[in-house]
Amino acid sequence: MDLRPSAEQEQLVDAFSALYAKESPPERVRAAEPGGFDKALWERVLEMGVVAMAVAEDAGGWGASLLDLALMAEQQGRWLASAPIIEAQVAARLLARVGAEDVLAGALAGERLVTFALHPARGGVARLVPAAAVADEAVVLDGDRLVLVQLGDNRATVENLGSMPVADVTVDGAVLASGRAAAAALDGALDDWLVLTAAALVGIGARALEIGVAYVKERRAWGVPIGSFQAISHRLADSATALDGARLLTWEAAWAAAEEPARSAELAAMAFAFAYESARDVTHRSLHFHGGYGFMMEYDIQLYYRRARAWANVFAEPGAVFRRVADRRYGAV
Amino acid sequence: MDFRLGERSDAFRAEAREFLAEAMTPELEERIYRTGVSHDEDFTRRLRDRGWLAPGWPVEWGGQGRDALEILAFGEEMARAEVPSYAVGTTMMVSRIIQVAGTEDQQRAILPQALRGEIVIVLGFSEPESGSDVAAAQTRAVRDGDEWVINGQKMFTTNAHLADYVFLLTRTNPDAPKHKGLTMFLVPMKQPGVEVQAVFTLSGERTNITYYSDVRVPDAWRIGGVDEGWRVMTKSLQDEHSGGFASHSERLLGHVESWARSTVGDDGRPRIEDPDVRQRLARVATETEVGRLLLRRSAWMSHEGIVPEAEGPMGKLFTSEAMERHAQDMAEMVGPDGLRSYFEPTAPEGGKIEHALRFSLGTTIYGGTSEIQRNIIAQRGLGLPKPS
Repeated sequence: MDLRPSAEQEQLVDAFSALYAKESPPERVRAAEPGGFDKALWERVLEMGVVAMAVAEDAGGWGASLLDLALMAEQQGRWLASAPIIEAQVAARLLARVGAEDVLAGALAGERLVTFALHPARGGVARLVPAAAVADEAVVLDGDRLVLVQLGDNRATVENLGSMPVADVTVDGAVLASGRAAAAALDGALDDWLVLTAAALVGIGARALEIGVAYVKERRAWGVPIGSFQAISHRLADSATALDGARLLTWEAAWAAAEEPARSAELAAMAFAFAYESARDVTHRSLHFHGGYGFMMEYDIQLYYRRARAWANVFAEPGAVFRRVADRRYGAV
Repeated sequence: MDFRLGERSDAFRAEAREFLAEAMTPELEERIYRTGVSHDEDFTRRLRDRGWLAPGWPVEWGGQGRDALEILAFGEEMARAEVPSYAVGTTMMVSRIIQVAGTEDQQRAILPQALRGEIVIVLGFSEPESGSDVAAAQTRAVRDGDEWVINGQKMFTTNAHLADYVFLLTRTNPDAPKHKGLTMFLVPMKQPGVEVQAVFTLSGERTNITYYSDVRVPDAWRIGGVDEGWRVMTKSLQDEHSGGFASHSERLLGHVESWARSTVGDDGRPRIEDPDVRQRLARVATETEVGRLLLRRSAWMSHEGIVPEAEGPMGKLFTSEAMERHAQDMAEMVGPDGLRSYFEPTAPEGGKIEHALRFSLGTTIYGGTSEIQRNIIAQRGLGLPKPS
């Protein structure tokens, strides 16, 4: 057993943490609202190779593991980076899976930003597709066909709780795959997305906890720091515990993708559900412990509160994710 | 990163599992429940014969020199099988303290016997007026020449009725600040003035109140310095705080999954096909996985030579509270049949669902209540100020 990231992984984390400290401080996050896309930041992370690293070497990428990507995604969550890194990475892996070489080459070269729809289209429309407000193309499952939609005229941008660059997408485009292979490819992409988003949620939660802890150490009432009240400290202790658990589970799920494939899909859904609930609860607690200040737009905690919910619920409420766990654990009914 | 415990741990786990499948007979399980005593001489002897009473101890002491991850795997299996090991656990915990803080004479007198499974040592910490605030103990020890005279009362002295010694927290200096007037003794139980009164608990486990009236103990049975008992105690509490209950949740989950597969609902379909049942089982499975990881992290940290100061309490807090939630939710989900008692012949899964509910309630209390764990996590993990 070894629960330490490798030296290379530490370097990767440090590099992205340093980049975000410079290119995604709270002012920049606010400046990118409500669209949720910071073009300069996106160009910087593209230069760092975020899309290329996600794809296997034999498909033209650098072959980072899902665990490497998860460690990076935690930093994205901590800094609320306004760039669709996870979607671009997962879509590129999906393109590689279905052998869409030309599209993938464009994505790897940074010429086109490709995203994907988390849910199959209904009535010809894929709803709330992440990154679709700013991407060039989206991969959408429509019936039993996996379609590459040119987004230009086929999207309607949706303003939303989490300032995410999402859009409703009308399906129209070339078929990349069909039949069982199409659904299986999307399902595999979803497992990747669940793990990476779980990691981002852990990052959101970890930073929200730090913000809350720092505030209750400083803020005084009745002559003492409010963090000395057990009504406050105990709930933060619960969140610290939950977040440590969420991080371990997310790492295990990411690790299992390569090392224990029989359990990885189940663990991916587990990690997502648990990381969401942990991030949801800690962002609420930290906001609440700010008192009236937490309700002010000026304080950063609201940025975390909104994204913890939006980044997860754009896929599903936790009950549905637990039912996905059950499908992987007991077989679908 | 690697989430596997390693080949040696896997092999030890397999060996333990094989042994437990044979040793934990339904008769033994029922006897443990009916007597309420988590100790069995024959089972203890069999553990000893395999060198498994203290597998982490060095070979020269009768152990097997196993590392923290092997001990973790072994402990997971022992807990999952709900073995009668409570008395062994307290005996070994006190033995470790004697190994660290005891004199050579004390080590010679106690450790070989303890490691052969020939004596039982129990814990005398809590009192009627002090539980979580354990340093407020009032049981008095007064020096009289080469002896000490002890008077007082202890609560929850589990297994005292079959114990050879009690590891007793006493007040030797009532004028000093409360943490600075405490002294630890190893008090022989089979002597005049010691009285044991049975107390039965919700889970069926028997514990005791013990009374000490003018009990005389030679100074040679003092563990650690006079008025330095708190330092000795802290070591044992740290051990106690690193336990957990993920294996108990895992066992409950296994039973409820088996129930859900074998029971047909009003719609004529197996309950495991009901979306509500699936969702609830999946939550229990998820939180059990989280609990297991938190406990494994603590063991891994110990293995790496890092003291899991806040992480141990996180594992205890999370797994015990999860066990309570799981027992409650699974009992509700199973419905009226979940009320049928443990070992009641008509009960689903042998009544393990009813028993889990009863059992779970103690887990958030003993070994440091949830509130104590949260204090430790808040102060040592998050650096928050102490409550004023």
